[in-house]
Order: sequence, then C-alpha cells, then structure tokens
Amino acid sequence: MIWDFLKYGAGNIGKRRLRSWLTMIGIFVGIAAVVALVSLGQGLTKYVDEEFAKLGRDKIIIQPKGTLGGVVSVGGVEIDDSDLREVLGTKGVVDATGMNYGTVKIEFNDQVRYYFNIGIPQGKEGKLVYELFTSYDVEVGRNLKKGDKNKVVLGHYFLDRNLFEKNVKVGDKILLNDEEFEVIGFYEIIGNPSDDTQTYITREAYLDLFDVEDDKYDYLLAKSDISEEPEVVVDRIEETLRKHRDKEEGSEDVDVVSFAQYAEVFKAVFNVVQVVIIGIACISLIVGGIGIMNTMFTAVLQRTQEIGIMKSVGARNSDIMILFLIESGILGLAGGAIGIIFGASFAKLIEVFATVALESTLLQAYFPPYLIVGSLVFSFVVGALSGIIPAYRASKLKPVDALRYE
Amino acid sequence: MTKKCDFVIELRDVWKIYKMGDVNVPALRGLSLQICKGDFVSIMGPSGSGKSTAMNMVGALDVPTKGKIFLNGQNIAKLSESDLAQIRGKTIGFIFQQFNLLPTLSALENVTLPMIFQGTPREERIEKAKQLLMMVGLGDRMHHKPSELSGGQQQRVAIARSLCNDPEVILADEPTGNLDSKTGNEIMALLGGLNRDQGKTVIMVTHDANVAKHADRVELLKDGQVKKDGHAMLRKLRRGVKK
Ligand SMILES: Nc1ncnc2c1ncn2[C@@H]1O[C@H](COP(=O)(O)OP(=O)(O)OP(=O)(O)O)[C@@H](O)[C@H]1O
Ligand SMILES: [Mg+2]
Repeated sequence: MIWDFLKYGAGNIGKRRLRSWLTMIGIFVGIAAVVALVSLGQGLTKYVDEEFAKLGRDKIIIQPKGTLGGVVSVGGVEIDDSDLREVLGTKGVVDATGMNYGTVKIEFNDQVRYYFNIGIPQGKEGKLVYELFTSYDVEVGRNLKKGDKNKVVLGHYFLDRNLFEKNVKVGDKILLNDEEFEVIGFYEIIGNPSDDTQTYITREAYLDLFDVEDDKYDYLLAKSDISEEPEVVVDRIEETLRKHRDKEEGSEDVDVVSFAQYAEVFKAVFNVVQVVIIGIACISLIVGGIGIMNTMFTAVLQRTQEIGIMKSVGARNSDIMILFLIESGILGLAGGAIGIIFGASFAKLIEVFATVALESTLLQAYFPPYLIVGSLVFSFVVGALSGIIPAYRASKLKPVDALRYE
Repeated sequence: MTKKCDFVIELRDVWKIYKMGDVNVPALRGLSLQICKGDFVSIMGPSGSGKSTAMNMVGALDVPTKGKIFLNGQNIAKLSESDLAQIRGKTIGFIFQQFNLLPTLSALENVTLPMIFQGTPREERIEKAKQLLMMVGLGDRMHHKPSELSGGQQQRVAIARSLCNDPEVILADEPTGNLDSKTGNEIMALLGGLNRDQGKTVIMVTHDANVAKHADRVELLKDGQVKKDGHAMLRKLRRGVKK
C-alpha cells in the first residue's frame, strides 16, 4: 500500500516537473551547505586528531601568556633555567627541555625572505625535541647533530615551492641574519605552510645568532609520564610554577597546555564556527520547507476533485493524509539527495583548490555515513513536516464538496 | 402495496438542509424510500428535486441533517468518517455522470485504486481488475489513460471500478448523461446484466425515460420527497415504448 502511495506521489511530482524543481531549491541549498561544511569540518577535525596523535598526547608546552601557535609574545615575560628545573622536578614529568625561536632574515642569491627559525638543543637536552620531530624525517641530506655550527636544515617548501626564485639545494650557502650557513638537509613535507617554511639550527648556533643568554628560553617542552593523565600533570606544573614565580592564582604569566588540550581547543573553536554556519543553512531549510508547504497547498487545490474521487471509492481521511505527506516527503528527499551530491562535489572542489592554492593537505573532505543518511532522513522529515498542514486540509475535505469542485 | 422483502436500503424521514449564508436550502424534506435486495430502481424527477443529494446520502458520501438511513439494517446517518469510508469502499459502487476517473492513472490502475484502500494484495488486485475490464469489454485498453478513451469506454472503466470490491449496491447518478443514446444503451445493458446475472442492487438517477425503463421500478422525486405515482409512471413508460 505504501508502495502504491509512493508511486502515486512520485508520479504527481514528475508531472509538474518545473514547479517541483523550484520547490526543491531551498532544501537543496540548505542540505548542500550542511554537507559541504560538515564534510570539510570532519576532514579538518580528523586531520587535527591525527596530527596531535602523531606528536603525542603526553607532550606539554609551557610558554608566556598570550603566545599561541608560534606568535611571539610581547609581554616581556621571561622563562629561564630555574623554571625548567622546577618543571623537571614536578611529579609526573619524565623529561623537559627549553626551546628558542624567532623570525630570521634569510638571504639567498641576493633575495631576502623572512621566516621562523628554531634552535634545537642537541644531545641529551634535544632528546625530547627529536622525539617530537621523529614523526617527520629529513628527506634530503642529513639532520643537525651536536657541534654543528653554521649548518641549517630547512622546511620542505624551500626544496620545491619556489620560495626563492631558484630553489635551494643541499650544499648551498645562505645568509641567516647576515651570517653564512650551509644547507645540510630538508625535512619531509608536514602539510601546512607555517611548519614547512621553518628553518632549524642548533641551539648553540641560535644563541650566537640571536645573541640570547644560555639560560633564557622562549618556551619549555615537557613530557608527562604515560601512566598519568596529561591534564593532571599540566595542573601540577601550573601550581609549581605559580609558587616558583610567586604569582596569585588567576594572575599567572605563563600558559601550560598539553597537546591533547590544544586539539580540544582547536576543535571547540571550529565547532562554534560549524554551528553558526549550520544555523544559517537551517534558515535555508526553513525557507525550503515553506516552499514545499506552498506547493502542497496548490497541489491540494488542483487535486481537490481527485481527492473527492478517492474518497468516493473508499479512501479514509488518514489515507489522503498519508498520500500527501509522502508526496511532500519525496519533494524534500529529492531536494536533499541533490543537495548531498552538490554539497559533496563542492567540498571535493574546495579540497582540490586548497591543496593546489594553499599547498596544504590540511583540508580533506570526509563523508561519514551518518552525514549522508542523516541528511536524507532530515530532508525527508522537513518535507513531510511542511506537508502536514496541506495534507491535513486535504484529508478533511468533504467528499461531496470535493467531487463538486471545479 | 409494499413487497415483502429484505431492505438493503431504507430511508426514513430524511432531511438535508444546506446552509447558504443566512439562507437555508432544504434539498430533502422528509424523504422516505425502501429498496429491496436485488432491485433495479430508477429515480426520476425535475432538476433540483434532490436526486443527487439522496444518492450521496445512500452512498455514504454525505450525512443527512435529520432522519435515518439504513444500509443492511445499520443506520449510517451518524457514523464516523472512517466508518463511512469503509462503507463507500466495500458496500457501495459509485458511477458518476462525469465518470470521475483519475486522469493520471491508466484504466487498469483506476480499477485497482479502490482495492488499494481495502488493503488487497497487489497480484490479486491486478488479476481482479483485468477480469473486470475484460467483462466490460476493455480487455485491449487496460493501459490507456482516461484521456485516450471515449466517453463510453471511460464509463465502462468506471463500472469496472465500481465492481472491484464486490459491492452489494451500485449507485449510478446519470450514468448516461454524457453519452449518446447508442452508447448509453450499451451502458444500460451492462448495468441490467449486473442486476440480473449477479443480483446487484442498482439505483440509478436519470432524466431520460428511455433509460429509466430498464429498471424494475421508477421512483419520482419532487421537492425533496417521493411522489406516489412512480409505478403508474413506469407502466406508462413501458406502454409508450410498446406502441
Ligand atoms: N452543496 C450544496 N450547497 C447548497 N445547495 C445545494 C448543494 N447541493 C445541492 N444543493 C441544492 O439542493 C437542491 C437539490 O440538489 P440536487 O443536486 O440533489 O438536485 P438534482 O435532483 O440532482 O438535480 P439535477 O437533476 O439537476 O442533477 C438544489 O436546490 C441545489 O441547489
Ligand atoms: Mg443531480
């Protein structure tokens, strides 16, 4: 019976093709937006998860307040050896080291560029850093080693992305802040422009180059014991440093953040963005629903006689109701299905565009089954809901009046 | 002089008053009528006398303002909407002047439609509809849309449709009204056959004396009531034809 109703509904939609297309636009746009956005968002979230999983949930960063994602703080907050020792002494911390970084002027073939430079401690102090970086190997040449002076390892973009007119190669000489360095290697691609354009030298070389004292750091890197929750260790480090730096609770001048928390913060921000855009998409869906409602009202008027005929041969009110609900549901479903196809194609297009233009594999569209199934169910429900009032009106028509209707 | 019989249909003092704004239009004014099982009754009367209104009441398409309508002993004047729909689907077969087929469905689909609402399984539906279409002589037109059929053919589809749930009563409101006399006669032969061979009770509204004479009995309606000279009228009709 339902099958016959479906056939009847689909037949009626097919008959007024242009009108049906126009009706579906609202649903189509809404679903396309949701699918495009969620698939890209899911891809991004997945990427973030994977990246942080690679780096390790057990890593903790201690940096001056207000520094985030490699932007140098301007607060004049200093971190030194005594802080590092306190962190190392905190329960649950198995290793810690200090790091320095800054913007460096790079000259090659008389061309000048500015990128970040990181000083990597070698030997025992560098163990933690290399642990972090082992997920990325040196692809060409060799890595830094203890005692390397005036040697530099570059991010992958220097190798093949034309950062300079001529790409740099192993053995080339470049100037960092007017001092000559020899290029000894390139990292493999990491996947985002800020990491792939970094330059790496030994911490000793860095201290010389930037004229920084040996016991000053830009940030500290710590590793928590596997048996401890990183968040718990973060709390302990915070307390230790608060005491050591003589600060009140609430007025600390350093941030202690685990990589796990970084991932969470990033995802939380992104979720807010997603919710906002999905909210906008919902408006489109509501407009689409109203369009369907309007079309169904017209359909009820146009088919008043048909309704009368069906009632005269035994259709109950509920049959007529279901018939029209199915029809409006199909309208929604069809709009949704087309929306999914367009949304998915759009997301793929963005992915390709991002990969080419931003030179980043960061934005990968990902289509979880629940997104597809959910969109279909949702668009059907929006369609059916929009049809409720017209369908109810159709079902309540008196058979005699409906038959007489011209 | 009333026949001894089982009443399939009995109307007792049925009133139907339409409200048009402030004006009351009484279409039926205390109509009483009895119809026996297996009867073939013609209802005649001037335009506006309430023939269609009465048919709609009997066919459970509408309910009276006052009075009782018994269908197989059950008063249908006060039934719920879904019970009325059930009666329309199962006990009554309606044939209209305008055929009232669904334009988007084929002849076959039109005939299966009432069975869908009764939940008849698909194979059974199609089998039954094919049989009926062959019976009315449309075995070769099953997949045509109404717009591809002549008036007479459309009315045959409607007759096949009215029979598909095997109803006891066939109601025909001016079944030949839109047909020429030759086609009309064919349709009447079909209805007469249903009455004779299958024992269906047939009630038919018509303006046409030549059509009315196919019935066993003529009831005359005027101003929403039955006039008592129906029998005399039929005799007159038959004499007129013989001369
Ligand atoms: N839905 C309605 N609303 C108001 N008045 C109605 C309605 N249906 C019928 N009437 C009135 O009721 C009276 C009887 O109408 P009905 O259709 O039963 O007549 P009829 O005998 O079938 O006439 P005809 O031979 O022209 O078909 C008429 O006066 C008509 O105007
Ligand atoms: Mg009439």
